[in-house]
Amino acid sequence: MKYDVVIGCEVHVQLLTETKAFCSCRNTFGGEPNTRLCPVCTGLPGALPVANQTLVEYAVLAGLAMNCTIVPVTKFDRKNYIYPDMPKGYQISQFDMPICEKGFLEIDTDGGLKKIRIIRIHMEEDAGKNIHTEDRSGLSHVDLNRAGTPLLEIVSEPDIRSPDDAVAYVQSIKHIMEYLKISDCNMEEGSLRCDANINLWVYEGDKKYATPIVEIKNMNSFKAMKAALEYEILRQKEEWTTKRLLLKDVGKVTRGYQEKTQSTILQRHKEESAEYRYFPEPDLKPILIDPAWVESMKSRLPELPAQKRKRFAEEWGLPELDIGKLLVDAELAHYFEAACKEYKGEPKKVANWVITEIGNMLNKESITIIQFREKVPPESLGELLNRIDSGVISGKMAKGIFSDMWAEGKTPEQIINEKGLKQIDDQESLKDIVREVLDQNPKTVEDYKNGKENVLSFLMGQVMKATRGKANPRLSQDLLKELLQK
Amino acid sequence: MKELIGMSLSELKEKLDKKEMSTVELVRAYLDAFEADRKHEKPLNGYIEVFRDSIEKAEKADEARVRGSARPLEGLPFAVKDNIVIKGKHATCASGVLKGFCSPYSATVVKRLVDAGMIPLGRTNMDEFGMGSSCEYSIYGATRNPVDRDLTPGGSSGGSAAVVASGQAPVALGTETGGSVRTPASYCGVYGLKPSYGTLSRYGVVAYGSSLDQIGILAKTPQDIALMLSFAAGADPHDMTSAPTNFTNCSPLKERDIKGLKVLLPTEFLGEGIDPGIKQKVESFAQWFKKNGAQVDTDSVPILQAAVAIYYIIAPAEASSNLARYDGVRYGNRVRQTANLEEMYVKTRSEGFGKEVKRRIFIGNYVLSSGYYDAYYKKAMQVRTLLRREIEKVFSKYDLILSPTSPCPPFKLGEKVDDPLAMYLTDICTTFSNLALIPSLSVPVGTTGAGLPVGVQLAGNRFREDLLLEVAAMYHKEGSR
Repeated sequence: MKYDVVIGCEVHVQLLTETKAFCSCRNTFGGEPNTRLCPVCTGLPGALPVANQTLVEYAVLAGLAMNCTIVPVTKFDRKNYIYPDMPKGYQISQFDMPICEKGFLEIDTDGGLKKIRIIRIHMEEDAGKNIHTEDRSGLSHVDLNRAGTPLLEIVSEPDIRSPDDAVAYVQSIKHIMEYLKISDCNMEEGSLRCDANINLWVYEGDKKYATPIVEIKNMNSFKAMKAALEYEILRQKEEWTTKRLLLKDVGKVTRGYQEKTQSTILQRHKEESAEYRYFPEPDLKPILIDPAWVESMKSRLPELPAQKRKRFAEEWGLPELDIGKLLVDAELAHYFEAACKEYKGEPKKVANWVITEIGNMLNKESITIIQFREKVPPESLGELLNRIDSGVISGKMAKGIFSDMWAEGKTPEQIINEKGLKQIDDQESLKDIVREVLDQNPKTVEDYKNGKENVLSFLMGQVMKATRGKANPRLSQDLLKELLQK
Repeated sequence: MKELIGMSLSELKEKLDKKEMSTVELVRAYLDAFEADRKHEKPLNGYIEVFRDSIEKAEKADEARVRGSARPLEGLPFAVKDNIVIKGKHATCASGVLKGFCSPYSATVVKRLVDAGMIPLGRTNMDEFGMGSSCEYSIYGATRNPVDRDLTPGGSSGGSAAVVASGQAPVALGTETGGSVRTPASYCGVYGLKPSYGTLSRYGVVAYGSSLDQIGILAKTPQDIALMLSFAAGADPHDMTSAPTNFTNCSPLKERDIKGLKVLLPTEFLGEGIDPGIKQKVESFAQWFKKNGAQVDTDSVPILQAAVAIYYIIAPAEASSNLARYDGVRYGNRVRQTANLEEMYVKTRSEGFGKEVKRRIFIGNYVLSSGYYDAYYKKAMQVRTLLRREIEKVFSKYDLILSPTSPCPPFKLGEKVDDPLAMYLTDICTTFSNLALIPSLSVPVGTTGAGLPVGVQLAGNRFREDLLLEVAAMYHKEGSR
């Protein structure tokens, strides 16, 4: 069976504005249910929305970062549907005049960079949450804290050709949002949500058949997203083989991903598709966007992942793989660059430390790079690496010092001085130690002289043990060889 | 006390300022008038509720006067239509669906008037959610016309008009979407201003047709309206559609020279369907203009004929969305013991809304649904744009548009209740102002031969409320001469 996978994504991101989209309630995550409310976000009779200027700014920033056209005139519309978590019976959204249009993203895939076109980005408000009790009362509760949280919906063209690419696409949006500092894009907390439309183009001879489009909802992690899409490909292949259903006959259906079974189940047929009765929101005036203002917003854009990728290759000469790992987090990339400024050696060495040592530390301690740098500023890492190069400490010692730097929040110099960790570089004192080691191990010395040169590492170990790791390794090795010759 | 309750707001203000009476006396007079009327065999039923705490507030107002810390409108009472929210008070829009709802906040206009010292006397009856022209579609029953208790007071702000006309309040707030202040004003023989869209904040006004809704003021004199406007108007950060107007200097009203004013009498509002007695009143108003040196032209503005038709598409469309929130989930009345969510919605809404409201929700959902949107809602919005342009053209040549307020005098209660089309046609002269966002004032001009009150409508360019009120004041002065 010859086929292409065709995927388009609708991504929702919650914006980190100080206040909600249309009222002055604080916009933060969670909290005691129904504590961040006012007449507007609870939809009380007579209350009116007032558009948050920052929402418009963030939408423009996101649009510029994703290479979109920012329209000169935009407006809000009402999307009408009734649900207990929708206090007004409609959602303030945008219908036919979204603020951003026609953009694209380049995503990093195994097959190189791929361009995914973006149809539109629009502004809207989030709903509250329904909470269903599991007890016998059968009661359901509504928490409206989230109601009115500003969202951007980013809609892609169906340009994505595999589940891995879909994940890469959404991750790339996440990175951009984080670089712009306009969303924290936490999939578990729901500040990044993705629905995917997927179908197959099946090729038979010179004919191409499109299978029905399935919109998949409820993918709450990147892992779930990949699993859901992979499952759906298998299911659609099977369905094509057995039923030969076509898009033009069936249209679009909605399926929900089930974490437990790692499969999707049917939620809604096309006939049941909602009638939203969109019309312009009469309570909010159309928004005129001054092109000069948009230009000025461009200067507020930070260096974005794609630009950084290019520059890191040119400026620091790093391999692709390292760059990819550093760019996952703008702050990590920033840390790397700051450390490089301090360090006099090869940037690659800094990259290794940032990716491996710091990466492990962040995992182990469950902290962010921002929390880490509060105790270990990048300059300290550069300084630590400088010490290795100048021979003050060994690489092995450096790792110990690095742990102490995090634990105690001190500079490498402080730790080296306090703990007397300075490498023993003095030829004469080291010679004494080496001699002592040899004297204590006459049998090993004998072995060496009989040609067993690999015992040298055992002897090195003994020297390190005697110096508690402080012996200069190269010097120790030279001295060992020298004295063993005698 | 009968004397007191017949006075205008400005006269009362003067009496209070001169300490010729106390606020408590004044408020009690209105409450007594209300109580007395309840014993009438056909009570007016203008109020849904009178606020007993208004006496306490009156006591505080009197204390403030003694202390010398009286605010500009200290102690002056006003009535509030039941779709404008007041903190700590119920607001039901005369609908079963909002039974029990108590507002935790006040509408901006109420807040401004209360901050200036005014005292809310009570909530007035209305057609449910403002949908009606006779004040009969109310869960609290119809309001009667004080002029003839078997007649409708007009709607939807019929309660507000009735309490002002009957001396149960000196002034009242109503709301307009397509004539709901002007029609009852004309039927009850009082002044009713529908300000320009944006003059008065809509924050706290329960939405019916959001792009048309506007608070209106009902009073005994143009000066009273000007006084209220001077404190209530101005941009509101809670309402993005409010305008940065400044009416602080409109009161007291200035002498207005009628000479040189250009007035248009559109033939669309003088033809078929207009009661001859009313037509005659409009013509004699035109004579008054001419006598005082104004130029009055009679001409056709064909697009005015489209106003009612597009109004009854746009207003229900917005209403269908605005009324979606009344689902029993968060506030108001919920039908309990239902099997599931959908049944709760269906029963709550089926039992909560009256038939006229349901009719408009159906119409609204229909005209907004895909497949019909282009033919109805979109087309109506396009015609609305044309109408606005035509009205702008009229005002590039004229200062005022003169017409009847209602095509017919007040009719019998029950007469049109089951004939929605006949009811809708009573709005024929008023809806264009809401659609074109302009101010209009209904001026009481006496009665028909049969003794029924008649209102004549003056419409002006956007934010020219001052002109309407000044012209009406000149007419008023002459009339009382």
